[in-house]
Amino acid sequence: MLSGLLPPELWRLIVIVLQILVIVVPLLVAVAYLTYAERKVIGAIQLRKGPNVVGPLGLLQPLADGAKLFLKETIFPSGSNKVVFVMAPMLTFTLALIAWAVIPFDEGWVLADINVGMLYLFAISSLGVYGIIMSGWASNSKYAFLGGLRSAAQMVSYEVSMGLVIISVLITTGSLNLSDIVMKQKETVWFVIPHLPMFVIFIVSILAETNRAPFDLAESESELVAGYNVEYSAMTFAMFFLGEYANMILMSGMAVVLFLGGWLPIVDMAPFNWIPGVIWFALKVCAVLFVFLWVRATFPRYRYDQLMRLGWKIFLPFSLIWVVLTSGVLVAFGWLPGQG
Amino acid sequence: MIAALIFYMFAGLAVVSAGLVVTARNPVHSVLFLILCFFNAAGLFLLLGAEFLAMVLVVVYVGAVAVMFLFVVMMLDINFLKLREGVAQYLPIGAVIGIVLLIELAMSYAGWTFAPDVEAMLASPAPSGGEITNTAALGQLIYTKYVYLFQASGVVLLIAMIGAILLTHRSRSGVRKQKIYDQVGVTAKDRIEIRKVSTGGGI
Repeated sequence: MLSGLLPPELWRLIVIVLQILVIVVPLLVAVAYLTYAERKVIGAIQLRKGPNVVGPLGLLQPLADGAKLFLKETIFPSGSNKVVFVMAPMLTFTLALIAWAVIPFDEGWVLADINVGMLYLFAISSLGVYGIIMSGWASNSKYAFLGGLRSAAQMVSYEVSMGLVIISVLITTGSLNLSDIVMKQKETVWFVIPHLPMFVIFIVSILAETNRAPFDLAESESELVAGYNVEYSAMTFAMFFLGEYANMILMSGMAVVLFLGGWLPIVDMAPFNWIPGVIWFALKVCAVLFVFLWVRATFPRYRYDQLMRLGWKIFLPFSLIWVVLTSGVLVAFGWLPGQG
Repeated sequence: MIAALIFYMFAGLAVVSAGLVVTARNPVHSVLFLILCFFNAAGLFLLLGAEFLAMVLVVVYVGAVAVMFLFVVMMLDINFLKLREGVAQYLPIGAVIGIVLLIELAMSYAGWTFAPDVEAMLASPAPSGGEITNTAALGQLIYTKYVYLFQASGVVLLIAMIGAILLTHRSRSGVRKQKIYDQVGVTAKDRIEIRKVSTGGGI
């Protein structure tokens, strides 16, 4: 009825904008409550209570934090490059959001079901380094610059092994489309079982890629004060923060799609497949996110040279061997997909 | 209509940012404009239906090569004024290279008017028919028909990498290295020895 009133192109545009809002708004709420969950979980691990004052059980704490950051003044350091300084947090935040376009939440529930979905995700995650390196440079501050450079080297190094991990999954699937990857796991088995070592490498790599503990060298507060974002305040700081947490959720989503069967239930039988796929997807993402928080509360920070050694000398050769092994097994048993 | 508008947006931005790469005063800004230019080129590939090339352009050039440029440009202490001085000297050579490239582009675009046989050799940016994705099409070409050339280009890159390492590597003496395997392989036996000490005797 309403669609008759508008030209079809405009109508399609409105529908797409609404779809984007349906993804972005819950995502931002999830980001806000991930910060709450982080403080609660780490509090529980360290036998503290975590935030418990603002609202019942401290549930309004993220809103209070957001309001505080929103009302503060944005300070520009003297000698900073203002345009790049403001662009950096915006870039980080935008990149964390646009990657969600290709993530399938359920069968057919995906904004852009493109053929090269996995490559798109990989491209977006490889751009994440710019927000950090640009902020480090534009701040015109030693600590921020050092943090930015460290982080750039770290993210570029871990991307290499992450790419090889993704390749071994893609060889098994025969498609770069994320929905196809999940459907393949429905036909066979969750890839976490045949690719268990790759799953472990992937989880460690996404910790490094999102600059989370134990690889949070970009902001190691004991030596670099707070690293790349030391000069940022108010909303510009909040955007870095939002971007970092949105990236955590995104990477968890990627791990779920690649290894944990996306929206598929644990076993495809009566009580489990009554639950809609999107709930399964959310539950699995939460499980991976819990690992992020758990790791942060458990492990001490890596030293920089050890981090590089782990990335280049252990993960890279191992994942390279695994790619060869996977393709060898697939060819030998005739399991290679996409022969037709 | 919309496709044409988007094409002109990407094309115009690509040309403008390419110009700014050369003219920007600050080298870091130059690299940032270069990144913008890569993005617009990726957008043009997308419009052609070559989505694999578009994504690879972003992953390789923006995600890795430009990061390295940015790294180098930020670390180097460049005197901008000195860089400006040489412009007039290098301008003619640069202009000649630019004109040669422009003529080559024009030839490839209007090739069939100069040589009518060329039309038969026109490659389509995306596989026609639509039953095969262009990722698969590229893979089938590269890994079957052009496999030796592909491997050879890999070897060329490997040689370049080894050369770069060889040029910058200097062996230093007296460096204490952490030997992780030795550290992990240590057992209590290697470090602790239990002895019976006789009273007043010492070890």
